[in-house]
Amino acid sequence: MKRWFLVISAALALSGCGYNDFQSLDEQTKSAWSEVLNQYQRRADLVPNIVATVKGEAAFEQDTLTKVIEARAKATSIQVTPETLNDPAAFQKFQSAQGELGSALSRLMVVAEQYPTLKANKGFEDLRVQLEGTENRVTVARNRYIQAVQQYNVLSRSFPSNLTAMVFGYKPKEGFTVQNEAAISTPPVVDFNKK
Amino acid sequence: MNHFFSRLAVLLLGCWLLVGSAQAQQPVPALTARVMDQSGTLAPEARSALDAKLATFEKDSGSQIVVLLVATTQPEDIAAYTFRVADSWKIGRKTVGDGVLMVVAVQDRRVRIEVARTLEGAIPDLAAKRVIDEAITPRFRQGDYAGGIGSGLDQLMGLVRGEALPAPIAASTSSKGPLNSFFGMNLSDLLIFLLVAVPIVGAVAKSILGSRLGSVATGAVAGWIAFNMTASVLIGGLVGLGAVFVALLFALGAQHGGRGGGSGGFGGGLGGSGGFGGRSSGGFGGRGGGFSSGGGGSFGGGGASGGW
Repeated sequence: MKRWFLVISAALALSGCGYNDFQSLDEQTKSAWSEVLNQYQRRADLVPNIVATVKGEAAFEQDTLTKVIEARAKATSIQVTPETLNDPAAFQKFQSAQGELGSALSRLMVVAEQYPTLKANKGFEDLRVQLEGTENRVTVARNRYIQAVQQYNVLSRSFPSNLTAMVFGYKPKEGFTVQNEAAISTPPVVDFNKK
Repeated sequence: MNHFFSRLAVLLLGCWLLVGSAQAQQPVPALTARVMDQSGTLAPEARSALDAKLATFEKDSGSQIVVLLVATTQPEDIAAYTFRVADSWKIGRKTVGDGVLMVVAVQDRRVRIEVARTLEGAIPDLAAKRVIDEAITPRFRQGDYAGGIGSGLDQLMGLVRGEALPAPIAASTSSKGPLNSFFGMNLSDLLIFLLVAVPIVGAVAKSILGSRLGSVATGAVAGWIAFNMTASVLIGGLVGLGAVFVALLFALGAQHGGRGGGSGGFGGGLGGSGGFGGRSSGGFGGRGGGFSSGGGGSFGGGGASGGW
C-alpha cells in the first residue's frame, strides 16, 4: 500500500502539478506588460514634439491640440504598479486613458492633413513616421500581452493545474479589450443625404 | 498524464480555431528563397540576381534580408500582414536575431520594411521610411520594380553594415544548441528524470517483476515517456536504454547493500547519460544547404511603410 502511494506521488510530481509553469507564465505576462508600458511611454514622449510642431506651423484648432495635451497628462498621471495587473478596475482606468490619448492623437493627425504647410514640413513628416511606428509597436506589445495572459489563464483554469492555482492563489488575469466595444459591434450608419 | 492530455486538447482546439479564423486573411507563404515573388512581377533573372545579391550579403555580414512580393494583402493592412509573416518566419541569425523583411503589395501599391529588434538601432523607422521614399517608390512609380527593390536593398545593406554585429560563422552555427537543449527538453531535466524517477520506478518494478525484467520494464516506461515528451523515436530509445542502464546499476547497488553501492550507481548513471548526450549531438550537426531562416529574428513592429 505504501509502495503504491509512493508510485502515485512520484507520477504526480513527474507530470508536474504546474507550479513551475505558473512561475514562468506569471513572469512572462509581467515582462509582456512591461513592454506594453514601454511603448506607451514612447508614445507619450512623442506627444510634446508633435504638439510643438503643429503649434508652430498652424495656429489652428486649439480645441484638438488641447484635447491631445489633456489626454497625455491624464494618461501619464496614472501610476502603474505590478498590482495594476491583478486589479481589473485600475487596469480598465489605465486602458481607457491610453485609448483616449490614442484617439486624440489620431484626430490631430487627420486634422493636420488639411494644412499643406504642415504636410510639407519635414520635421512633422518625421514625427508622423515615428508615431506610426510607435502605434505599430503598441499593437504588437498588446498582442504579446494578450497571448501571455491567455496562456496563463488556460493553465490556471484547466485541470489539474487549477488545483495548484487554487492552493497558491493564482487568479486569472485581465486581458485587453477594446475601449468602445459597443460602438464597434454596431454597424456604422452610412448616410449620403446629409446637407 | 491527465495534465498533458488536457493541455494537448486545448492546443488542438486552439489550432483548429486559428485555422478557422485565418481563412479570411492572406496565408503566410512557406519561406523558400531570399526573394520570393508571388505576384509574378519580377522577371526570373532579375529575381535570381536580387537573390544572389542577398546571399552574398548574408555570407559577408551574417544578417538576413528577405523580400516578398505579393499581389495584395487585403483585407489586412500591409503593416499587419508584414508583421504576421515576419513573426512566423523569424528571419535573422539564431543568436543575434538580425533580420529585415521587405514586403511589396503590388496591386495595393504599398511597400513595407519590417525590421527585427536587433536592427532597430541600425535601421530606425525614419531611416526605413527614407529608404522607401528615396530609393524604392520613385522607381516603382516608373514601373521599375527590380530596380526599386535593388536600390532599396543597397541602402538597407549599407545601414546594416554600419552596425557592429557579430561576424558570420562559416559553418556549424548550431554547435552549442544540441548540448544544452534536447528538442526542447533540457539536459538537466533529463538528468533529473533519469536519476530520480528511474530508481523509484525501478525499485517498484523490480520488487514486482524481479531484477532483470524490472529493469527492462523501467527502461520501456522511461523510453515511452521520453518519446511522448519529445515525439522522437531516437530520443525515446536512447532514454530507454539509459534508464535500463541506470536501473541495473541501482539493482546491483541494492544487491550489494549499503550506501557505498548506491553512490557508485549514481556515478555510473551520470557517466552513461553524458555518453548519450554526445551521441545525439553527433547526429544533429549536419545542416543541409539551401536557404532557411536563422529563426532568431524577434520582431516588435519596427520599420516603416509607404505607397506609390
